[in-house]
Amino acid sequence: MEHIELDYPAKRKISKKAHTGVVGSGDLEVLLEPANGDSTHVSIRTSVDGFGKTWKAVLDRFFTTYDGAVRIQINDAGATPGNVQLRLAQAVEASER
Amino acid sequence: MSDQRLGANFINRQSFIELDARERATALFDAGTSRELVGPFDRVESPWLEQQGVTPQEDDGCVVMKGKIAGQAAVVIALEGAFQGGSLGEVSGGKMAAALDLASADNVKGISTSAVILLETGGVRLQEANLGEAAIAEIMAAILVLRQHAPVICLTAGTVGCFGGMSLAAGLCSYVVMTREARLGMNGPEVIEQESGVDEFDSKDHALIWAIDGGEQRYATGLADALIEDDTAQIADAIRQFVSKGVPAVHRSSQVELYRDRIATLDTSRQWDPAEFRVLWATKSSKEDKK
Repeated sequence: MEHIELDYPAKRKISKKAHTGVVGSGDLEVLLEPANGDSTHVSIRTSVDGFGKTWKAVLDRFFTTYDGAVRIQINDAGATPGNVQLRLAQAVEASER
Repeated sequence: MSDQRLGANFINRQSFIELDARERATALFDAGTSRELVGPFDRVESPWLEQQGVTPQEDDGCVVMKGKIAGQAAVVIALEGAFQGGSLGEVSGGKMAAALDLASADNVKGISTSAVILLETGGVRLQEANLGEAAIAEIMAAILVLRQHAPVICLTAGTVGCFGGMSLAAGLCSYVVMTREARLGMNGPEVIEQESGVDEFDSKDHALIWAIDGGEQRYATGLADALIEDDTAQIADAIRQFVSKGVPAVHRSSQVELYRDRIATLDTSRQWDPAEFRVLWATKSSKEDKK
């Protein structure tokens, strides 16, 4: 079990929370909630140790386009980077619907 | 059913099995009436999993929703089969038992409230052993109380199925609804093979598993009350019908003499074929209900 905490700058207020995914093998759960201020905090819990750099790369890329001020929690059960990107995109879509 | 109709249904239907627990629960309510209780953002998760290297899920794999079904108050409790095999832990089991107890309390107050439990589970969560066992005991007690007031409907759609202690909970329900893809049984095929050998039960033989535990067999032998296609609209319709039907005159699990006699007269000195068994246990009621 590994905990990873990451912070990113944010510009935009978000009004709706969103929940996607399930903590099943190769999948993950994303909880996205509006946050105050101009930053976004990402909190990751994963059952697969030793992939801190990969997580940072995936989230860095995601936040090159996303600028909402949110709090994101990820509960991961060994999802691939592609799957992580899709679940994040799905959460954003649900929060802006 | 003609091939052409089957084809059209297959294309037009919305699969229920492909939905997750939250989507399944929502789909059963009258449109726009449901709300979730103790959802993922309340963060009531298992305190035991992380210590054992398992990532917890924020709703602990149990979705509780309140709303209206066929215009009547109802609670739907859905287990997420993809999270730890839908297993019952301290939190998920506690949520289910508490929701059933609250429904009973509402009935006592004069607000008729039925319950639908969506079981996709292997039973107790091994990481939480005794707490899971205790939770299942509480759930069974809660079903016995609630079913005196309002129907408790078990829906097992698949593909996890319903095994272990929760199969006993399913047995206590007023009505059991299954699909052809679902399975219902006490000991899972792998457990039987592990304990009694491959000669007793070959857990790789899928045709054998479904011939014994599958929805079609359970319905044909009177152990399930409805066999529905994997179609969200048809399943929601079946649930509405059972909610409207109310408490059955006699619950299946109260028919002790009937099942005792059936088991007593069963010749166990030879191997039974599932098809043969279906003829032996075919009940009048299971034929009557057939659409």
